[in-house]
Amino acid sequence: MALLEVSNLTKIFGGVRAVQNVSFAVDAGIVYSVIGPNGAGKTTLFNLITGIYVPSEGQIRLDGRDIAGVAPHELARFGMARTFQNLQVCMNMTALENVMVGAHLRLDRNLFKGALRFPSIARRDAVLREEAAELMRLVGLEAFIDAHADAMPYGALKRLEIARALAAQPRVLFLDEPAAGLNPKETGEVDILVRKVADSGVTVVLVEHDMKMVMNISDQILVLDYGRKLAEGTAAEVRRNPDVIAAYLGTHQ
Amino acid sequence: MPRSRFTGLIIIAVVLAVLPFLLPNNFYLDLAIRMLINACIVLGLNLLIGFAGQISLGHAGFVGIGAYATAVLTTHYGWSPLAAMLAGALGAGVLAALVARPIFKLKGHYLAMATLGLGIIISIIVRNEAALTGGPDGMPVPALALFSFELSGEKQWYWVVSGILLLSLWASLNLINSPFGRALRALHGSEVASQVVGVDVAKYKLAIFVLSAVFASLMGSVTAHYVGFVTPNVADFFHSIELVTMVVIGGMASIYGSVIGAVLLTALPQALAGFEGWETVAFGAILMFCMIFMPKGLVPTLAAKFGRR
Ligand SMILES: Nc1ncnc2c1ncn2[C@@H]1O[C@H](COP(=O)(O)OP(=O)(O)OP(=O)(O)O)[C@@H](O)[C@H]1O
Ligand SMILES: [Mg+2]
Repeated sequence: MALLEVSNLTKIFGGVRAVQNVSFAVDAGIVYSVIGPNGAGKTTLFNLITGIYVPSEGQIRLDGRDIAGVAPHELARFGMARTFQNLQVCMNMTALENVMVGAHLRLDRNLFKGALRFPSIARRDAVLREEAAELMRLVGLEAFIDAHADAMPYGALKRLEIARALAAQPRVLFLDEPAAGLNPKETGEVDILVRKVADSGVTVVLVEHDMKMVMNISDQILVLDYGRKLAEGTAAEVRRNPDVIAAYLGTHQ
Repeated sequence: MPRSRFTGLIIIAVVLAVLPFLLPNNFYLDLAIRMLINACIVLGLNLLIGFAGQISLGHAGFVGIGAYATAVLTTHYGWSPLAAMLAGALGAGVLAALVARPIFKLKGHYLAMATLGLGIIISIIVRNEAALTGGPDGMPVPALALFSFELSGEKQWYWVVSGILLLSLWASLNLINSPFGRALRALHGSEVASQVVGVDVAKYKLAIFVLSAVFASLMGSVTAHYVGFVTPNVADFFHSIELVTMVVIGGMASIYGSVIGAVLLTALPQALAGFEGWETVAFGAILMFCMIFMPKGLVPTLAAKFGRR
């Protein structure tokens, strides 16, 4: 059984059919990419799967359990984590604290124990600080471990979101254009990072416009166009697909 | 590890310890006590507004619930002060919990209006139930007696209220740096980001709203005992605005800012008393000046200036 199974998923905004009757399955442990021109419905698809939007129609199954319409904070419990195309970093916190928030569900969140600073809480937080710093190093942000989020450049914030998502120790990680706005060197680093994450056993679902990166690291690729599934397959299959060539080359050149 | 987390707390403790010996008379001690009580309420409100990012324009309503629970239950029903105080806190907490779900579906201006309405309803009830509350004239409140000990005189009150403030500061500093507090700040920074890491946003908003309401109610009870008299003004709109102003002037999401804001705005009317009828205008002008030149509030602005976050 696939880890994630989407069937006949549809999302309608007013008159706009952002996602139309899309079906696909993601096996555990792979890198699964979703590509398509601007406005194809990639982000909407992520928002549906991660519970931000409620589907107009269709099913989403995680481990065979129907999760369509389940709230995002519930889905986090099932091991889902994600980053956002438009940055969602907490600018009122430090970089490290942003990463620590990612571990929310793994902590004792009791209000009173927190207010009275129970030794157990203080100890766990000290360990967590180390874990978070380690994650920041992993994503290449060692220079920002003591920084406040609002003092960080765009490229660093993109990677901070990845560190926060990893702090949740997810089973499946959704990355919405992690390399957008990054320079080629940073893009290369994100490429390596995504591989590392995938190698550690986390299933990665990736939306990315950088075709070199997508073709390189994806086990399976889904192509969307105008909300519809245009093609699905390995990098080689997708590259040969005449519909994909038409949609991509036709609109982009 | 934030190295200086408790430095401010220690400084405040030292100032509080020596202050009574420097103040010339009880007039100033009384002023100090009112500052400290306000600082406590503002601290609780800042957790809600500054840290969690949820505005409340009706917070004096909860102060009023505590003040009147104390006044009414001790005077008319012969309850012990402690029992009355806890009953008020329970009432404020239950009310806050009941309204939180519908209210926090709202955002921005709508949330402001809803909390404003809540505060106004509470103050109208207090004003209209004259048989119990004395109506607009208010009612007297007996001294605060705990077991066989009765709190009396400015000196005693000063030490008690100082202790409450120091404890509250310590607990607040702990809270905002705990998993609960980080989740709270995260939902302020990005609600959707906090949701996808598992923060049940509605639950956290409810919890902090209830906490700050309960705390406001407790401090309302303390105020009632200290002043020995309550009037509906304690619960009214202007008091709510005053509390929010203290938060904003001192600094949103600044623990120490809450204290500074409360101290300054409690002292200001006294300092402006010489302006003969123009106090309110001067008061307003100072607030405008602060907001234009220090929109983040005093403590965050100064901290940034001197290179500390
Ligand atoms: N909340 C919304 N309300 C109304 N329309 C929306 C909403 N979100 C997305 N859309 C519309 O749905 C369509 C798909 O948008 P989406 O953001 O999913 O595309 P995308 O593939 O992520 O594009 P990009 O590559 O530019 O990020 C677009 O036409 C967009 O305008
Ligand atoms: Mg998108």
